Amino acid sequence: MEMNGLAPVPDSYDYDLIVIGGGSGGLAAAKEAAKYEKKVMVLDFVKPTPQGSSWGLGGTCVNVGCIPKKLMHQAALLGQALQDSRKFGWQFTEEVKHNWMTMTESVQNYIGSLNWGYRVALRDNKVTYENAYGEFVGPHTIKATNKRGVEKLYTAERFLIATGERPRYLGIPGDKEYCISSDDLFSLPYCPGKTLVVGASYVALECAGFLAGLGLDVTVMVRSILLRGFDQDMANKIGEYMKEHGVNFIREFVPTKVEQLEEGTPGRLKVTAKSTTGDQIIEGEYNTVLLAIGRDPCTRKIGLDKVGVNINEKTGKIPVSDEEQTNVPYIYAVGDILQDKLELTPVAIQAGRLLVRRLYAGATTKCDYVNVPTTVFTPLEYGACGYSEETAVEKFGEENIEVYHSHFWPLEWTVPSRDNNKCYAKIICNIQDNERVIGFHVLGPNAGEVTQGFAAAIKCGMTKEQLDNTIGIHPVCAEVFTTLSVTKRSGESTLVSGC
Amino acid sequence: MAALRRARRGAGSGLCRTLRALSGKKNEYDLLVIGGGSGGLACAKEAAQFGRKVAVLDYVDPSPQGTTWGLGGTCVNVGCIPKKLMHQAALLGSALKDAQHYGWNIAQPVHHTWSVMAQAVQNYVKSLNWGHRVQLQDKKVKYFNMKGSFSDPHTVRGLTKAGKETIVTADNIVIATGGRPKYPTHIAGALQYGITSDDLFWLKESPGKTLIVGASYVSLECAGFLTGIGLDTAVMMRSIPLRGFDQQMASLVTEHMESYGTKFLKRCFPTKVEKLESNRLQVTWKNTDLGTEETDSFDTVMWAVGRAPDTKTLNLETVGVKTNSETGKIIVDASEATSVPHIYAIGDITEGRPELTPTAIAAGKLLAQRLFGQSSELMDYDSVPTTVFTPLEYGCVGLSEEAAVQCHGSDNIEVFHAYYKPLEFTVAERDATQCYMKMVCLRGREQRILGLHFIGPNAGEVIQGFALGINFSLRDVSD
Repeated sequence: MEMNGLAPVPDSYDYDLIVIGGGSGGLAAAKEAAKYEKKVMVLDFVKPTPQGSSWGLGGTCVNVGCIPKKLMHQAALLGQALQDSRKFGWQFTEEVKHNWMTMTESVQNYIGSLNWGYRVALRDNKVTYENAYGEFVGPHTIKATNKRGVEKLYTAERFLIATGERPRYLGIPGDKEYCISSDDLFSLPYCPGKTLVVGASYVALECAGFLAGLGLDVTVMVRSILLRGFDQDMANKIGEYMKEHGVNFIREFVPTKVEQLEEGTPGRLKVTAKSTTGDQIIEGEYNTVLLAIGRDPCTRKIGLDKVGVNINEKTGKIPVSDEEQTNVPYIYAVGDILQDKLELTPVAIQAGRLLVRRLYAGATTKCDYVNVPTTVFTPLEYGACGYSEETAVEKFGEENIEVYHSHFWPLEWTVPSRDNNKCYAKIICNIQDNERVIGFHVLGPNAGEVTQGFAAAIKCGMTKEQLDNTIGIHPVCAEVFTTLSVTKRSGESTLVSGC
Repeated sequence: MAALRRARRGAGSGLCRTLRALSGKKNEYDLLVIGGGSGGLACAKEAAQFGRKVAVLDYVDPSPQGTTWGLGGTCVNVGCIPKKLMHQAALLGSALKDAQHYGWNIAQPVHHTWSVMAQAVQNYVKSLNWGHRVQLQDKKVKYFNMKGSFSDPHTVRGLTKAGKETIVTADNIVIATGGRPKYPTHIAGALQYGITSDDLFWLKESPGKTLIVGASYVSLECAGFLTGIGLDTAVMMRSIPLRGFDQQMASLVTEHMESYGTKFLKRCFPTKVEKLESNRLQVTWKNTDLGTEETDSFDTVMWAVGRAPDTKTLNLETVGVKTNSETGKIIVDASEATSVPHIYAIGDITEGRPELTPTAIAAGKLLAQRLFGQSSELMDYDSVPTTVFTPLEYGCVGLSEEAAVQCHGSDNIEVFHAYYKPLEFTVAERDATQCYMKMVCLRGREQRILGLHFIGPNAGEVIQGFALGINFSLRDVSD
């Protein structure tokens, strides 16, 4: 087998490590390996969406995930801030409108700077980067195909698969032709207008949330429950808040076809949907249909069969050991493609770094996937760490857990008189283990900032007593956790009236 | 240390009750709280939960400018609450600027009207006053709007505004009268023409061009929000900002304020304040660096040079409650007991305690639990987290770098730190130069965290959860 015109030399590879996928996990691992003077290559390639969207180096988070999402969420929050500001004395009489293009251009410019920054960082770290699609063709050998179809072969001692995922389509008439996904939304060169969001994932709710916040007419079509896998008590509260703030929900329906009524940017689409509980058919007209029904790993077309890497045939995910090793000893995987692991940027980064330290620096620390904090950036943000109430009950039994909870009213919302008794704090304690806090949930502004520190405390094994002994910072939202006293079991009211 | 932490179970009060019973005289209340602020109200309500007969005396001496307010104490009326709301008003001003970058078509500049904000804030505070009165009523705590002073260890004389007198007797008395802003009375015109934080939040009209004298968090927070709502604001500091806080962080706070638009008159102190014909105030001050005398005119001069405990009119000498001769604060032990049996003190009035609402509340609740609820749990004042609500907020818990170095030696300290840029600042094109965090650790295998410091938006939210971990950390280190 020829390799770049050189005769094969089995004992010496082109690279120590080839990383397939230049996203959160892949880049973190590559840069870490370079620190140990390893010869590293990163292959990153973005297959354009059905609508033709594409993007640069950095993966989902940077380009079509966390970063643009949070910036657009911020744009929506600023819309609310504008409303509040009048009550705080700021004077403007006009109704303020939002310009999609101004926002999107700013967001894309910032992402562009990140893409650039990553390329520079790889170069500075002496990591070779190729904008090419990587797939295995044989043991220790990968074929990289660039945009123009030029193929090159590379060999490496070890490989790291970090190809991530892409949005799933419905498989109904008109889905790929007329619908968009989160892969398209953040660079959409026109305002989406009246939007139907299909799905009940955090992607669906976060997008629906900020679109509504920017003043658009938004409907969310949900097949069954909201935020599957998350604490349902919290998920329902999120849905209620969104409903009260102008998002329409169509529950227990699935789209069966999407037709184009009129071309345009945006055009007009007709969506037909069927009830999941009966025979009812409904129709609706929207400018944009955003599919957010789930994501599928990019593992089916990268030649895993050629090297014998097992994947879950149903989901496409790669099962790995607790050291991120696949069934093929020299092939590892991190990030969203892993089976039974969390699809989060910080997890992928941590796993990638620790893996590389174990491979090249003699470290032994494994990635701890337990008690990973997360935040859903819906209009009312939701931060969580640990067990949901349902999983805690399932694991420990209802009589062995104590749930302390309270509503709270952020001081900043009092003057504008909005949303009292919507924010909510809840902790789940294991009675048999000193009331150790095994679940932390908060619904309110800056939920991520609130949750972060408590996640560290949960890792330290914090108990309810230790929480009670912590003095609150006043006046902030997070202090509510230092004075929780009402249990769900007691049935007492958690509504608040003031300071 | 351990000995101090052993609680006294109120054996003294039992004996006193016996004596009074023998003499035929019974105290009217189980607990009398003097001062209806954060600590006092928390203590009173907690005691009432145990079915005790409780009374609260609260009275506000009008400020020299004539400002007064209702039930709830400093935090609710002239502290945390109105401060944070006005800080929010200022933050919203920045949000309005950001909004344009994010696509909102709002014409700049947007102007701010003080009276709209002030009225909204004042209305909210009044609703809290009302809420507190209702709560006391619901919990069957008797409330007297009277100024209290001791007649004897179990008797307090309450005086209404009109001069009507009521005598209240109680088995246990808790002093929670808090503090009031100090006036630099040695400066001519200070008392006549200057205001303090007691007045600022209740002003009906804009303070206009303002000079704030002081380097406390009160000074910086107020100067910060005044600048944020568009007022020409200056801070005059004799020496360092935020004495007692980590000085590197304090510098970052003031640096940010300078770039935000607050003027700083560093190493200056005022010598006199005079009123001009235009009704403006002319302030003269000495610049100790240049050795010059300077002057400028302002609409408002606010003193933020510290707070003094409100003990003068309590008549503490009559009953023998000891105070610190320098600070005037009441000396208490680990169980909040004063030098006189059955007389306790909590909150800002106590010597050596943090002047914070949550510590006062916690201390008040625990005290009530010890007095009436068979508890022996003492208040832990170690590593209390706090936040300074300047335009760029500063949250911290544990030791400053200086304190850590002093305690352990610089060779034994490792400081991890980072500058960062909040994502929201990127599109808004905001300057994140002072966004910074540091972790002061003990060197060694475990690298225990001694102090955590964070400057940035929502600093309080960020720090709260970490405060728990620091608690574990520090406790183990000191044992």
